[in-house]
Amino acid sequence: MSVKQRQVPTGIVTPELIETEIEGGLAATEPIAQYALGLGDDALVLAQRLGEWIANGPELEEDIALGNIGLDILGHARSFLTYAGSAWGMTEDDLAYFRDEPEFRCRQLFEQPIGDFAQTIARQLIASVYFDSLYRALMHSSDATLAAIAAKAAKEVDYHLDHSTQWLLRLGLGTDESALRMQRGLDAMWPFVAELYSAEPVAAGESDDRQDAGRGAEQRAADLEGVAVDPRALRAHFDDTVPALIEQAGLVVPKTGSVRGGGRLGIHSEAFGPLLAEMQVLARQHPGASW
Amino acid sequence: MPSPGDSGPREEWPLWEVFVRSSRGLSHVHAGSLHAPDETMAVRNARDLYTRRNEGVSVWVVRASDITASDPDARGAFFESPQGKDFRHAIYYTKSEGVAHL
Repeated sequence: MSVKQRQVPTGIVTPELIETEIEGGLAATEPIAQYALGLGDDALVLAQRLGEWIANGPELEEDIALGNIGLDILGHARSFLTYAGSAWGMTEDDLAYFRDEPEFRCRQLFEQPIGDFAQTIARQLIASVYFDSLYRALMHSSDATLAAIAAKAAKEVDYHLDHSTQWLLRLGLGTDESALRMQRGLDAMWPFVAELYSAEPVAAGESDDRQDAGRGAEQRAADLEGVAVDPRALRAHFDDTVPALIEQAGLVVPKTGSVRGGGRLGIHSEAFGPLLAEMQVLARQHPGASW
Repeated sequence: MPSPGDSGPREEWPLWEVFVRSSRGLSHVHAGSLHAPDETMAVRNARDLYTRRNEGVSVWVVRASDITASDPDARGAFFESPQGKDFRHAIYYTKSEGVAHL
């Protein structure tokens, strides 16, 4: 793998800029594309879920706050998917709108229904803690494009984490009803934490890659050395911060079991199909349409 | 600051007035208002609502009920008195001869 040079200050990377660089010959290699695809799908599906709050928020102000967070995360998705697609000659839209359910690589936390506001906050807290540690580590990736995307995303996630934390405390320490709902939300999302912090399948050699079936798992793992972040290494940060926050909010750290997971291998839960249908229907009915 | 979650007995979020400073050296300017459960969330909502397009480097919020305003019906007594008092403006005066550095 050749070392890529990027002459762009970190913090302003955009999908359009990545596209320009791809045209200039800066395409992702297959293992890096697979990795970026997983990160892109996580962000895309979470952004789609957050979008469901638009015009449905409990207050106008929260409607906008969740919409803002969703748009930030959609921006991360666009960058990751644009970069991933460069390995296969596909655009971000090709990847978002014209893949079917088993081809999506998102971890299952992100596709779960929004539930009530408390459940959305529970998911967003778990997701933000994860993204925060992930992007702060990925900023040091030897892949310049991934590092630039992560550097921009990390700043935005900082705010998302604050938003979720503030609401966890307010709902937890608010009324009996709000505390009950916040606890239920945490209980509903907790089974998906273990999968979130499980190994990337490419690094673990479990990938069902389309194009590099002939290459060994060891080789693929070696290709991602220094490029990808192993989520297992981020789990300690979660355990150090989230249970303490939950207790600070007067709530109980859930002791639920864990789902089997497999989102990175294309295994998804019941709620994912309807989400995809809603996200993709317009683009599939009017391919190539723009507005 | 009240403890998080302590929104008191009220059912509706109070109204806050938002002041945004667009760059260093300028004053905070009234940008609009919003609802929020407490001052911490009000600052965050203000950031989301009024600084989306790089408008600000600083935000103030103040509870609308804490603002004491002039009475609109007393406009005459309050604001019409300066009319005709041109001597309050510098240009009313003519420059005296022989004054240096003016």
